[in-house]
Amino acid sequence: MARARKGAPRGALLLGTRKGLLTLVRGRGRWRVVGQEFLGIAVAYARVDERDGTGWACLDHGHWGQKLHRLRGDARRWEEVPAPRYPADTRGTDGRPATLRYLWTIAPGGEDRPGRLYAGTVPGGLFRSEDGGESFELVRGLWDHPSRAGQWLGGGKDFEHPGLHSVVVDPRASDHVWVGVSCAGVFETTDGGATWAPRNRGLVATFLPDPRAEVGHDPHCLVQSRARADRLWQQNHCGIFRSDDGGGRWRRCSRPGALPHFGFAMAVDPEDADTAWVVPALADDRRVAVDGALCVCRTRDAGRTWKALRRGLPQADCYDVVLRHGLDHDRGRLAFGTTTGHCFVSEDRGDSWTCAGHHLPPIHSVRFAGC
Amino acid sequence: MPLVHLTYHLQRFFPGLRSVQVPAATVAEVIAALDRGRPGLATYIVDERGALRPHVHIFIGGRRVRDRAALTDPVGAEDEVHVVQALSGG
Repeated sequence: MARARKGAPRGALLLGTRKGLLTLVRGRGRWRVVGQEFLGIAVAYARVDERDGTGWACLDHGHWGQKLHRLRGDARRWEEVPAPRYPADTRGTDGRPATLRYLWTIAPGGEDRPGRLYAGTVPGGLFRSEDGGESFELVRGLWDHPSRAGQWLGGGKDFEHPGLHSVVVDPRASDHVWVGVSCAGVFETTDGGATWAPRNRGLVATFLPDPRAEVGHDPHCLVQSRARADRLWQQNHCGIFRSDDGGGRWRRCSRPGALPHFGFAMAVDPEDADTAWVVPALADDRRVAVDGALCVCRTRDAGRTWKALRRGLPQADCYDVVLRHGLDHDRGRLAFGTTTGHCFVSEDRGDSWTCAGHHLPPIHSVRFAGC
Repeated sequence: MPLVHLTYHLQRFFPGLRSVQVPAATVAEVIAALDRGRPGLATYIVDERGALRPHVHIFIGGRRVRDRAALTDPVGAEDEVHVVQALSGG
């Protein structure tokens, strides 16, 4: 496969796993592992910044803390860069001094902001770098939001502390950003992070005393189509939701008891905002494949109808679950990885699937390189 | 000066890491001195507040440090300090 750069080849798959970062490429009709980094160390999330080809990996050492590693487009070796640090005056929702507990995601900050990166973390802080990741600063406007002290809850990765896992930058205006926080919900800034507003109207959170509360929701991941930047999607405990006005109002696109209704990962076609994919799981109190069979559900009409796609996927004795960063799309090609270490790829927009890897470690994130 | 021994697991991230004598009168000063010699090493042992990471232990002459938050335990010039980790999981 031709390499556009010395880092991950374009079209390669980066898998952040419980036991390191795996790079898969397709050659001679099948996918194979061609790269293995950080062996034995959990990689929470890994991706390539499509703006400059830089690879990023969020490491969860367990013993040694959270570390951030970078592979520059012209480099051969990963290098550690200083991870975001919570300032001395910050306190978590439990009132104790805040410390970095998990580096959950890293995201480019816009085409016209080449040095800008965001890092989403547990216990709920959003960090921003303006120098290509050399340094990060806590986005105070969100951290100081009045809802955080009383309405942000633990959930997702950490039962005690909220976690910020999704960053969506408006392709039309880089200072316009949405984030997804578990458990708080979706927040939006239009002024580069100075001020934020919750965007959760229309969502349902049946686990809260007030299911229609403004804050306290648990978006599992937040995604957007570049073709229609005001359309946002999310899955949460109570269904699949879509907003056509940048989070101003959400409407449910699934029904309890129907397929799909619950899951974590979601992908949307950047060229066709009506097309999206989810990998359903059985109810939030079970979290296994539905009926022991794995499927991907696709909508082509903005969530009005869904089609279960099963060709090539295991249909018996299957317990695979896909975590929130475990599904990705790149120009008609889809890939997902499961907590039981299987990776599947579709070359035809989900109609059929092939297994790209058996017996892999539990997979936390799946991202195509260069897309 | 106290002599500091570091778990060999840290050699993966800091090649060539060896036991070393450092000028220090407290555990916090030990960590600071280690970090001056190998920048970034402290971030593996303590968090951004200077507190010992949950799975890391430090012994001074065989006695476990008491103050894991601020690392104020005194260290004598003749002491040997061991930085170890608790391995767990699969």
